[in-house]
Amino acid sequence: MQPPGLAVSYQVAAAGAGAADAVAPAKFDIRELDFYYGEHQALRNINMTLADRTITAFIGPSGCGKSTLLRVLNRMYALYPGNRATGQVLLDGQNILEPGVDVASLRLQVGMLFQKPTPFPMSVFDNVAFGLRLAKRMPRTELEGRVEHALREAAVWEEVKDKLEEDGRSLSGGQQQRLCIARTIAVEPEVVLLDEPTASLDPISTLRIEETLQGISSRYCIVIVTHNLQQAARISSTTAFMYLGELVEVGPTEVIFTGPRDRRTNDYVTGRFG
Amino acid sequence: MKRLQRRKLTSSVALALSGAATLVGLICLGAVLWTLLKNGLQGVSVALFTEMTPPPGSSGGVLNALYGSAVMTLLGILMGAPVGVLAGTYLAEYGRNEKLSVVIRFVNDVLLSAPSIIIGLFIYQVMVVRMGHFSAIAGAVALGVIAIPVTVRTTEDMLRLVPQGMKDASTALGVHSWRTITSVIYPAARSGILTGLLLAVARISGETAPLLFTALNNQFWSTDLNAPMANLPVVIFQFALSPYKEWQQLAWSGALIITFAILVLSIVARILVPSTQGPRGGR
Repeated sequence: MQPPGLAVSYQVAAAGAGAADAVAPAKFDIRELDFYYGEHQALRNINMTLADRTITAFIGPSGCGKSTLLRVLNRMYALYPGNRATGQVLLDGQNILEPGVDVASLRLQVGMLFQKPTPFPMSVFDNVAFGLRLAKRMPRTELEGRVEHALREAAVWEEVKDKLEEDGRSLSGGQQQRLCIARTIAVEPEVVLLDEPTASLDPISTLRIEETLQGISSRYCIVIVTHNLQQAARISSTTAFMYLGELVEVGPTEVIFTGPRDRRTNDYVTGRFG
Repeated sequence: MKRLQRRKLTSSVALALSGAATLVGLICLGAVLWTLLKNGLQGVSVALFTEMTPPPGSSGGVLNALYGSAVMTLLGILMGAPVGVLAGTYLAEYGRNEKLSVVIRFVNDVLLSAPSIIIGLFIYQVMVVRMGHFSAIAGAVALGVIAIPVTVRTTEDMLRLVPQGMKDASTALGVHSWRTITSVIYPAARSGILTGLLLAVARISGETAPLLFTALNNQFWSTDLNAPMANLPVVIFQFALSPYKEWQQLAWSGALIITFAILVLSIVARILVPSTQGPRGGR
């Protein structure tokens, strides 16, 4: 009867995160994480948990390490030589930094969305079906159902239902990004990482994306990196402020924005530097 | 003001010089094409495309040479394209950060500008000498070897144009590299790679030197890959140097056919290019 003990410690660690009503369980538990690009240390001793079924926002000036941290969570950093992470990143209690981890199945579990929309050179339908087809064999009707479901969840179904056979790249920027969200959630990941997902979009598309994220936030552990402070304030329930590779402060979003403990956080959220 | 005037003068001198240089180039090209058209068109007839290369003193066509050129070019590109595309893929994707890639790229550039006669001699040594006779297959291999560096280069360049974000997005979906390459990157770079292949075809269809040492020539209709085979470039070479009027005429017409074929290939390649510049729909 050992495993329950672990789960309890997660809940304690995650206390304070999540919405006011309930304490969400932790999905990620990051312990003593250091990260190096060659000689340069980009992350310094990061310790935190990321709650499940919650939106956690990372804010901080450019180069503070928030995108780097995001790329550790699905091991995208491993694509480039010289990148090195030490410490522990536990996903449901399993350290994903260990050498034996199958990164392909990790990335199926931990989806990611990028700053620029990245539709693949294929039809709208095939874009969403792409990951599904690789993940497992299924009958056409099931595939169609899952694609429609993902597109509906990403709030783009109504706009593309008559264009399913058109090239994904022919959609507008905002639609492309929501198509990419659909593609990411179609494979039913447990975590969705978003790296400045609206930085290249107009305000209306941004609003649609934010609504989409809030719509799906009850089902996934969502982690978003953003330069847009209002965005963090609008959609996240937990906010983490990073500065020069360190995690300065993490807490409920309203606390971080109205009464942070650290002076640097206060200076940043009030626009005094950054 | 003086300084400004001097700069204006320098600018107009530079403009005049480069304009003149362009003109010289265009005039040379125009003269070549004009001569070719003037002398080649006279010999264009049905017989040119339906009859075999004739013995000296009688009339005929270049059908066997057309067939041989088509077969050897096709076989050459079938052999060269897979090697070239895969090697280009290695350079652009797998071996991007490897030291080995730098070496491969350098060697490939050397091969790209190596005189084709050397490739002909190489295949002569490794195939013709061992087999004991000239053959179409040796010619096709020589053409394939020439096609490889062209294809490697264009494939690598085109794959590098595919945005990194698209590759990352596929990787982030848990897709393995090979699947990302075949399902995402190749389709994104398809027209560019095809253009490269067409240019490689254009390049090898006009090669003479490598065929002189490998496929040689054949006066008669032959489809045997294990025997010498007629081909346009070598026919042009031999007939143009001959003292016979009919042969010289056939050489002109053959040259016109090759030039026209390459022109068509280049135009098709041109048409394919714009769609590699970015996604459709202007975003």
